Amino acid sequence: MSIAYGVAEIRAAVADGRVSAVDLCRQALTAIDRLNDKLHAFHTVAADRALDRAAAADSQRTRPDKPLLGVPIAVKDNLCTAGVTTTAGSRLLRDYVPPYDATVIQRLDRAGAIIVGKTNCDEFAMGSSTEHSAFGPTRNPWSPDRTPGGSSGGSAAAVAAGLVPLALGSDTGGSIRQPAALCGVIGLKPTYGRVSRYGLVAFASSLDQIGPFARSARDAALLLNVIAGHDPMDATTATVPVPDYAAALTGDLDGVRIGVPRHLLEEGVDPDVASAFESGLGLLIGAGATIVDVKLPHAAMGIPVYYLVAPAEASSNLARFDGVRYGARVPAPSVREMYERTREDGFGAEVKRRIMIGTYVLSAGYYDAYYLKAQQIRTLIRRDYDEAFAQVDLVAFPTSPTPAFRLGERTEDPMQMYLSDVFTVGAPLAGLPAISVPSGLTPSRLPVGLQLTARPFDEATLLRAADAVERRATWWRERPPIFAAS
Amino acid sequence: MADKLTRADVERIASLARLDLSDKELDLFVHQLGDILTHAERLQQVDTSGVAPTAHIAVPSALAPLREDQPVPSLDRDLVLSQAPDADRAKGLLKVPRVLGS
Repeated sequence: MSIAYGVAEIRAAVADGRVSAVDLCRQALTAIDRLNDKLHAFHTVAADRALDRAAAADSQRTRPDKPLLGVPIAVKDNLCTAGVTTTAGSRLLRDYVPPYDATVIQRLDRAGAIIVGKTNCDEFAMGSSTEHSAFGPTRNPWSPDRTPGGSSGGSAAAVAAGLVPLALGSDTGGSIRQPAALCGVIGLKPTYGRVSRYGLVAFASSLDQIGPFARSARDAALLLNVIAGHDPMDATTATVPVPDYAAALTGDLDGVRIGVPRHLLEEGVDPDVASAFESGLGLLIGAGATIVDVKLPHAAMGIPVYYLVAPAEASSNLARFDGVRYGARVPAPSVREMYERTREDGFGAEVKRRIMIGTYVLSAGYYDAYYLKAQQIRTLIRRDYDEAFAQVDLVAFPTSPTPAFRLGERTEDPMQMYLSDVFTVGAPLAGLPAISVPSGLTPSRLPVGLQLTARPFDEATLLRAADAVERRATWWRERPPIFAAS
Repeated sequence: MADKLTRADVERIASLARLDLSDKELDLFVHQLGDILTHAERLQQVDTSGVAPTAHIAVPSALAPLREDQPVPSLDRDLVLSQAPDADRAKGLLKVPRVLGS
């Protein structure tokens, strides 16, 4: 039994005593040891903690209340882990050791999952390539001179390379779905309010959600079941009951209507992406789904709305990094100079850009023209989805307009990087759940993702559709050349 | 709508945001923030008269009872202070440079 298997198989093998949690943990640590220099998927490997927890797990192997017992998992480095460095990809937090665990971390521990380390990400989750990490970029397991996407690029690369079967990321404008697409794995951004953000280093609080990366829909379902649900520590979590997501994986899509906004795909989509998208739609039809045309008239405004709203919220959230309570400090004679030098030294270029944009659009005289206008168009974007979901159960379009781009290709031109997110900003602006499902490989063997968006709290249908594609796709079991586990 | 972003604008925003930007960064941001704001100009094409703004997504939590108004433990003070760049842990204080009269 190895970590290349599905989570249910691994869990069953642990229960039967065919494999120990310690052995599984060592497999993951060995794979990381061998490949992390090449990929830089992990920023911190918590080997001792993981082996201790795995040893404890082995004494509980038949406990029915531990659905992930012994399963190695990676978590994005913007999720607070008590006693384990949490940097959020920032120089300012390079030595920060949180005094508490995020709710999702507590839930993973309670479920018996073994956290093996913290994955690299764009600083404060701001970016689409992990190139904005203060600790250097992560590389795409399919093509190491290309980006894995971002901001949760380390988590996506870790799962794609077989270092772990599962990972957590966070998604604000596409930071789970876009790297999932570029690395050829499943990535799910849950509905706003589905998963507690307590202990997530906040970026844009009206958009941020935590969600799973996995190699199969079933694995993603099992992980979502562990992390979803109301949390008294996060007042934005919903009390909507959490269904058994794995039970939704029927293998068919009979009666499911899927809308495709063809008007969004007329330009700017790479031909290889368009072709993989069509073959993905073919599999959805083969599973029983009906495809209809829908319109999202304001979707083209998603990028400018997102790139005003998210920086505005970020400029406020990141005010807490002032060298007083945690993180690095640059000494200065007065408190004001201390703030200014600490932030100048601690933040990278992209974070400064977003703080600047956010501060500008919230400042006197510009609020109505930029921020209020963006919030009004956000309402129109939500209404477009409401109207679409009156006719269909899911909306489909590609996750990213291009396959993985080369490292360095977009770092000099921020606007070019932002346009990577054209298909992913809509779901968080509308608070909706969305999944990126592998949809084939380009002729040069780069993964392509198909994105599905659903009604609020209908993650079950997203996973059901992903599972239906997975069962029918001939390319699903293809792995990158450096895939670790065997 | 907005006039072209000037270097003085960028300096003013940096001051509001408590960022001690270098000359090189100021020059770069005049150009890059200008590009981003130019892209955002297209929002003005949309008629939003009478449209309410979305500031957050309302989450169905009507069933969530407020917890009892009872004190519960908070984070351990000494552990929290151990992460501060400068603190007097014995007295339970965070230390900062002079605030008044500087």
